[in-house]
Amino acid sequence: MASALINVPAKAKRGDIIEIKTLMSHIMETGYRHTAAGEVVPRDIITSFTCRFNGAEIFRADLFPAISANPFITFFTTATESGKFDFEWTGDQGFSETASASITVE
Amino acid sequence: MHRPPDTSRRQFLGLAGGAAVLGTLPVVIVRSAEATPAMLASAIQNVTGGAAVQTGKVKLDIPPLVENGNTVPMTVSVNHPMAPEDHVRSIHVFNEKNPQPNFANFHLGPHNGRAQVSTRVRLADSQKIVAIARLSDGSFWSASVDVVVTLAACTEDVI
Repeated sequence: MASALINVPAKAKRGDIIEIKTLMSHIMETGYRHTAAGEVVPRDIITSFTCRFNGAEIFRADLFPAISANPFITFFTTATESGKFDFEWTGDQGFSETASASITVE
Repeated sequence: MHRPPDTSRRQFLGLAGGAAVLGTLPVVIVRSAEATPAMLASAIQNVTGGAAVQTGKVKLDIPPLVENGNTVPMTVSVNHPMAPEDHVRSIHVFNEKNPQPNFANFHLGPHNGRAQVSTRVRLADSQKIVAIARLSDGSFWSASVDVVVTLAACTEDVI
């Protein structure tokens, strides 16, 4: 699925602090909006974002309706070894998406 | 050269003013659900468990004047080392007047190297934003910023 955008540096020096930027395409419907007929539009948001590096969790976020559509999250990590970042988004109505990115640490 | 008053321009301005007033009315009416300062306090209480929250260490970067509350860039950074024995465990961000008092909780660890996260949030009203950091020694640090919002988010009608 091309619904995720991930920005991870391809290479880093050992010990460098690198920034990871992620964006997931999602409407993030708050559950507080009404249609013209007065019906509440049901909530449909991403509730959890997790990043794992070589299987170990390095960052996790709990999201609420106040996060904008297409959640954009950036965070930092220390480059210790070459490996793979796995990203996972889960949410309402069975939403689940994954993405991954590799890094070479010299 | 003298010209008589431009009546059509006046009429236009009068109509435009009326339309602006009408345009703001529905926003006021549909704003039924709104977190209160009491909900903000209880949401903070849920995180801290009643522990004292000190001001400092945390930097909350958000524009003080927001034109569109639907997507507001926000960065929270904590001026604290990220060593295994002494680091930032989590960052929590709260608001005062959105329908729910929470924005997000970010869980960090020593491997993050730098305690800084960015995201984009929705703001339903001009209000106070509070960021709280929990350190590994169990202490809590906070920063707050007042934001003015001209176009609100969250509760507008679906067209």
